Amino acid sequence: MTLTTVSTTARGRLGESVVRPDGVPKVQGSFAFSGDLSADGFLWGATLRSPHPYARLVSIDASAAWAIDGVECVITASDVPGKLNYGLITQDQPVFAREYVRFVGEAVAAVAADHPETCRRALAAIVVVYEELPALTDPERAIDSSSTPIHPNGNVLRHQRIVRGDQSIVGPVTVEGTYELGMQDQAFLGLEAALALPDPGGEGVELFIATQWLHEDRKQIAACLDLPEEKVRLTLGGVGGAFGAREDISLQVHCCLLALRTSRPVRMAYSRQESFLGHVHRHPGKIWMRHHADSGGRILRIEARFLLDGGAYASTSEAVLCNAITHTQGPYKCDNATVDGWVARTNNLPCGAMRGFGVVQACFAHEAQMDKLGAAIGLDPVEIRLLNAMKTGDHMITGQVVESVAPVARAIRETAALPLPDEPVGGHDGDPMRLPGGAGLTADRSHIRRGIGWGVSIKNLMYSEGFDDYSTARVRLADGVASVKFATSEVGQGFVTIAAQIARSVLGVDDVVLEPIDTTVGSAGSTSASRQTWMSGGAVDGACRLVRERLFERVAIAHDLDPLQLAIDGTDVVDTMGTLRVPVAEASAGVSIEETFEHHHRPTEDLDENGQGNCHTAFAFVAQRAVVDVDPELGLVKVVQVATAQDVGRALNPMSVVGQIEGGIAQGLGLAVMEEIVQIDGHVRNASFTDYLLPTFLDMPDVLISLIEEPDPMAPLGAKGVGEPPCIAATPAIVAAIRDAIGHDILRVPVRPGDICLR
Amino acid sequence: MSATSVTVPRTLADALRMLADSPEAAVLAGGTDLMVEFNAGHLRATEVVVVNRIGELCSWQHNPDLGTLHIGAGVTYSEIEQSPIAGWVPALAQAARTVGSPQIRHAATIGGNVATCSPAGDGLPVLSALEAQVHLASASGERTLPFADFMIGPKRTALQPGELITGVTVPVFSGWQGYSKVGVRNAMVIAVASASLVVAPRDVRLALGSVGPVILRCEEAEALIAAEADFEARRVSAPVVERFAELARSAARPIDDHRSTAEYRRHAVGVLAGRLLRRAFPNE
Amino acid sequence: MSSELYRLHVNGVTREVRDAWVGESLLFVLRERLGLMGSKGACEQGECGSCSVLIDDELLCSCLVLAAGAVGQAIVTIEGVAPVGAPNDVQQAFVDCGAVQCGFCTPGLIMAAHALLERSSAPSEMEIREELSGNICRCTGYGRIIEAVQRVAVARRAVSEGDA
Repeated sequence: MTLTTVSTTARGRLGESVVRPDGVPKVQGSFAFSGDLSADGFLWGATLRSPHPYARLVSIDASAAWAIDGVECVITASDVPGKLNYGLITQDQPVFAREYVRFVGEAVAAVAADHPETCRRALAAIVVVYEELPALTDPERAIDSSSTPIHPNGNVLRHQRIVRGDQSIVGPVTVEGTYELGMQDQAFLGLEAALALPDPGGEGVELFIATQWLHEDRKQIAACLDLPEEKVRLTLGGVGGAFGAREDISLQVHCCLLALRTSRPVRMAYSRQESFLGHVHRHPGKIWMRHHADSGGRILRIEARFLLDGGAYASTSEAVLCNAITHTQGPYKCDNATVDGWVARTNNLPCGAMRGFGVVQACFAHEAQMDKLGAAIGLDPVEIRLLNAMKTGDHMITGQVVESVAPVARAIRETAALPLPDEPVGGHDGDPMRLPGGAGLTADRSHIRRGIGWGVSIKNLMYSEGFDDYSTARVRLADGVASVKFATSEVGQGFVTIAAQIARSVLGVDDVVLEPIDTTVGSAGSTSASRQTWMSGGAVDGACRLVRERLFERVAIAHDLDPLQLAIDGTDVVDTMGTLRVPVAEASAGVSIEETFEHHHRPTEDLDENGQGNCHTAFAFVAQRAVVDVDPELGLVKVVQVATAQDVGRALNPMSVVGQIEGGIAQGLGLAVMEEIVQIDGHVRNASFTDYLLPTFLDMPDVLISLIEEPDPMAPLGAKGVGEPPCIAATPAIVAAIRDAIGHDILRVPVRPGDICLR
Repeated sequence: MSATSVTVPRTLADALRMLADSPEAAVLAGGTDLMVEFNAGHLRATEVVVVNRIGELCSWQHNPDLGTLHIGAGVTYSEIEQSPIAGWVPALAQAARTVGSPQIRHAATIGGNVATCSPAGDGLPVLSALEAQVHLASASGERTLPFADFMIGPKRTALQPGELITGVTVPVFSGWQGYSKVGVRNAMVIAVASASLVVAPRDVRLALGSVGPVILRCEEAEALIAAEADFEARRVSAPVVERFAELARSAARPIDDHRSTAEYRRHAVGVLAGRLLRRAFPNE
Repeated sequence: MSSELYRLHVNGVTREVRDAWVGESLLFVLRERLGLMGSKGACEQGECGSCSVLIDDELLCSCLVLAAGAVGQAIVTIEGVAPVGAPNDVQQAFVDCGAVQCGFCTPGLIMAAHALLERSSAPSEMEIREELSGNICRCTGYGRIIEAVQRVAVARRAVSEGDA
């Protein structure tokens, strides 16, 4: 097998739109994704999954599968040598089901064989006897104390209240609503895939894997395999997108175990259907909010109730709930709040991390409320938001002071200043492809109404509630070349580009070698929570600065100068007080300076029983305005334009930032008008790209972007994470635009045609 | 896994002989339906006859004297989308443009669409409205069926083992014809409801897709227009349009599934019918 | 699981395929039997375009092509459009415009963009959107990809006008 290693000699530094170092291999098809990795004599692995949402597992008979020519191994729960469960926060999900299966798709057994078709036949030959049980699929019933627990840990994954300020405030103006969100899938394109190579004698295993967090995977895999962590070595295989769905364990343990059992390399690769069942999803939710405001429209108090469906196992549900409820107020001032948050365990698909992580749910509700409040007061969507816009120094309803740069009003004003589409409905050319319905020729111009809507959001950056999600980087400078080592998962977001830009900027080098991303260096934490530019960027920056200090010491000694007066200028070390100018390549000739740095953000706290505490690290903000054309009679929607101003701190690579914003908007659009995993009684009805619809080229609108660059003093490079906010604001903005076009309320996403035209 | 074979006949006669020898063989044309089944492990045919390179099936013949167009079963939707076929049967070309994606249209054939015979098949409402003839052949002979007799249920047809669809014949009309399809996305989407309206010399024909077990014709709605519309002036009154839409709605026999609800489908197909009629008869 | 040997004509070279299972898609054979890993599978249903290849100059999803049925046809994969390390203009534009993030959809999109630009020298934005609508990208929101295709079209026209 060969992994793609990347090196770049492009000269871009921080602030420039440097091209990706892995760009050329990716456009040529030579970049090795995890599913492209192979090894001599490998076997294919495959997973048998539960067809029932809830059942007692009576017996498993794999003898017929073992008898099939080409089948090398069948494993079940009884073959797991170590911990029988895994999980990111609470280890409650079985490696293989034991007594019970709790969702459709739960892993029951795995096979290794010589061909994918042999695997399919082997899976079909395993006889599993189930005793079906009534599935618990209604989260409301799950949190009712009378429901029968479907797991020893109970049916409430977390209950958390927030109680702040004066609880007696009522009105004078109140608006309320109950909002619902369906289950969204991350739908990365690069399906789950891995290659496991067993050590001779089975003493350890090497896993090439597409994941968001190598070290956390290793911890959980080692525990389940009953191996010391150092005997489990992980290398990042090329990652075809992640968006939260690769934060949990999926096939990792199965693949390693099959390799150890067969003493042969094992490749596993999920199908799309299996991927829908085999990773966690965005939590569906039901959110009630009531806003109390003064007669001028200023928010006085918010009451809210959140109920999220966590599905069968915990994953990160506890943290998702924290995020959802602590963002109840949105990017608006609010001193009094009463919030009751629940996340339930059901026999639906497990839910966990997806881009936006709980805040998507909160934002959909609070933005609908802001429009209702504006309408009640007689203010337009911009006025009501500006009136209430949060500033640095304001409080979250958790009591936490927002210390981050908080340019909320600026974001709204800059968005409002971006031009509206100059084209009439259907465009100047009258091309029917521009109308809702597109090539389906469902509408003529006269059928269409246009609407405009707003979405503004606040999103926490990094992990919360006391978690120290540090990141590590090791940098070596030798002969004018910087080698950078980190375990940061590159999932497509472009950290590899940023890392090289940092090294070039700090060390004054042109040549940067990015070493393989693996577990031979300290943890980088997860590629999630919009955190890697801040955290791993901080680690690379820190390590580069340590290396630079040592370089300056060498130059200072050689030239009898104070190292503190040296600086990097271009690719030279220069004396800021004199005339010395030495190329970095010359200053580092024949030496090797290596330093490792861990970046930690400031500590955070748990929430107390009233939901009070400095639980978040930092915040980022965004405003979006969506323009949609709607066919009210058929309920079809075409998003025409999204304009946005986003608080990015500092755009380290403007082209990458634009890509994150456009991509985030596409995912928010998907949730707004088409994306939903449909489950009926726990059975998934649309686990395919034929029926789980993702936005295409013809669904995405033009996007106008204004970057707000106010460097955040807390951020190592002044830059905030940019990945999540655009995805959060787009959904409420688009739905508000639909409401504006049709003149009646829409309470649920994705908006189905019938929600628009049948009422 | 058992011994298997894939054959790629170049003549119709060869293909029919192979099917006579192996009536259970899977017939693969564009692959856009069958390969999905192979890939998912749902289909384990041991013999496959690939019919997308038989010259006789991959051509069309326009007969101006008869006013007909014969389209070979192997003609792709990407060919149908374009001139000259688009000029003869514009509604079929409109339907073609909604089939899957460009990649799918390059592969998918009209014969395959007819063979799969899904109620959501994009070309089928047009074939129904045009009262297309479906041509079948086997080693023992040929026969021709009206489309309405060929499609007998959802994904169920009158095709017999050993038989192959060789093509369809449709009339070439000079009057207005059109197709509309509702999907939840602007490309690559399966129809939630679809309709085709064809103006024949003295009447109209309305066919509905995705709202019943088969493609539905709306005879009451058609009769209404034959009686009430001014074909010369292309004029129909607003109340008649509304009545036409209502008759389309009542003809629908939709179901609830994960793609939509019966209620929406019924509603949508009425809207499509009304709008198609107004396009055909723009004057009030 | 054997069928008889068959030969495929891929990127100008005749390749033998032995011992294949009858149901294998061209995508599977390209990747697993011929070692051409550039074509990607992400849906197995022709709904994402990641596996797009040219067969007799037509853009097709290789996951929907029965490999053994593609004998005698000219197959061009992403590996066949430009030598390794020497990206063509479409590929370079994707890199330069930020049209690549995770890159999983990229080989299929390069094939689709290539096919479009071979046929149409000045595609409108709507034409680009429609012609590429069979290729799903989950990362980029498509904006940079459209820009990349437009950039190539402009550059090619400039060259051909310069020639004229």
